[in-house]
Amino acid sequence: MGKIKDRLTPIGEFVPQPDDDMIICRCEEITKGEIRQAIHDGMFTLTEIRRFLRAGMGLCQGQTCTRLVKGMIARELGISPLEVEPAAARAPMRPIKMIVLGNEGKES
Amino acid sequence: MPKVKETEILIVGGGPAGLSAASAAANLGASVLVLERDGKPGGQLIKQTHKFFGSKKQYAGDRGYQIGDLLIEQCGNNPNVEVWTDTTALGIYEDGVVTAEGQAKHLKINPKKIIVATGASEKMIAFPNNDLPGIYGAGAVQTLMNVHGIVPGKRVLMIGAGNIGLIVSYQLMQAGVEIAAIIEAAPTIGGYLVHASKIQRAGVPILTSHTITEAYGDESVAGAIICKLDESWQPVSGSEQDLKVDVICLAVGLSPLTELCFQADCQMKYVSELSGHVPVRNEYLETTRPGLYVAGDVSGVEEASSAMVEGRLAGISAACSLGYGEDIAPKLQAEALAELSELRAGPAGQKTLRGIMNLMDKGGAVC
Repeated sequence: MGKIKDRLTPIGEFVPQPDDDMIICRCEEITKGEIRQAIHDGMFTLTEIRRFLRAGMGLCQGQTCTRLVKGMIARELGISPLEVEPAAARAPMRPIKMIVLGNEGKES
Repeated sequence: MPKVKETEILIVGGGPAGLSAASAAANLGASVLVLERDGKPGGQLIKQTHKFFGSKKQYAGDRGYQIGDLLIEQCGNNPNVEVWTDTTALGIYEDGVVTAEGQAKHLKINPKKIIVATGASEKMIAFPNNDLPGIYGAGAVQTLMNVHGIVPGKRVLMIGAGNIGLIVSYQLMQAGVEIAAIIEAAPTIGGYLVHASKIQRAGVPILTSHTITEAYGDESVAGAIICKLDESWQPVSGSEQDLKVDVICLAVGLSPLTELCFQADCQMKYVSELSGHVPVRNEYLETTRPGLYVAGDVSGVEEASSAMVEGRLAGISAACSLGYGEDIAPKLQAEALAELSELRAGPAGQKTLRGIMNLMDKGGAVC
C-alpha cells in the first residue's frame, strides 16, 4: 500500500451499511461508518486513521480496536489484512499523567 | 538531572514468564529488575483457580494462583531480584533506555539486557451494541470473580469455546451464575474436551458454528441474538435465537502485546498459529535486536506452563550472555528446551510448533 499507484486505484463508492453506527473504537467512540468513510476519503493505513479520527489513540491505545480497524481497511481496499502496515508503536504506550511529566526534573 | 536506574537485566512484565525469567537469571548471579503494572505480580496466574496439566516440573496438579504465589516467593527470597509493582513500561529508546511510570514518577532504566514478557491482550469482536455495560472480556470476568469476589451478573452468554471460554464458564457456574450457552464460530470446540464435557454434563449447551449478531438493552445488556453459521462462515437466515442474558462474555482469543518489540525495531512477522505479529527470535529467545529477549505470550500465545519454561530459558540465556553461570547454562538451556518440546508434544502443541517453524523460516511477510 506504499506505492502512489495503489493510492490512485479507485476503491469504489462509499456505500452505507446498516451497522455503520456500531462503535469500533470504544475509548474515542468512533463508529464503523466513520472509519469506512475515512478509508474512502483516502486514509489507507492504521496510522492515517489514527491521526484523522483518533481511533486507537484513547485510553487503551488501540489494544481493543486495532485488529478490527485493520480488518476494515483490508475489506474496503480488497486486500489481505497482512498487507495493511502495522500501526507505529510509540512511547508512551500507556496513558501517563501530565503531572508526572510536568514534575520531571524538579526532583533533586 | 533525573536519575537513570542501572540494572543488569530488566524484565518487563511480572507474570509467569517474567517471574520465571527473574529467578532463573538471579540464580545464576545476575541482578534483575522486574516491572509489573499491577499492584501484585503473578500476571494471569493470580486469578486462575483451575489445576494445571503437564508434568510435575511445570507444577501439574497445582492451581494457577498457587503457582503464582510460589513464583513470587522464589523471587522474593532472591536478593538479586527487585520487583517494582504499580509500574507500567511506557517505551524503549534507541540507546536501550526503557521508560516507565511508577511511584508517581517518569522512570528511566538503563539495562544491559532486556526480557520482554508483556503477555497478551484480549481480542474484541464487532457487533451492534457491543459497548453496552454488561459486555466483558473473559479476563475481566475472571478478575472480578476470583480476585475481587464479585459475580458479574445472573445469566451469561459466553462467546468462544477455547480453553479460556470453557474454564471461565465453569468458574461462573461454580459461583452460582447460570450460563445460557457457550457459542463458538468454528465448527469444533477449541478447548480441551475434559473442560467441555464437565460443562456439557451440567446441561449447558455448547453451540459450534454459531455467532452473535447483536446485543440489546437500554441501560445495560438485556439479551443477545445469536445465529448459526454455514460452512463459509455466513449467517444462516432464520436460525436466529434470542437469549435473555445480562452478561455477554468474550473469550475470542488473545493477541501478543508486542508494542515494545515494534518500538525496539525487532524484526516482526505475522504468524497466525502464534496469534499475531511476533518478534523473530532464535532458539534461546533472543530477538533480532541483540540483548533483547522475549518469553511467554508476547512471543506467541500459548499456555502459562510453557510461558514459565520460556521465561526460565530467556533468563538463563540473558544471564549467561553477561558472563554468569557459563559452566552450567548450556545444560540448563538444554533442559528447558527439552521441557518445551515435551509440553508441545500434544495436539495443541502441534499448532505452536508449526507457528515457530513459520517464524524461523526466512521467507514470508516480514516487517
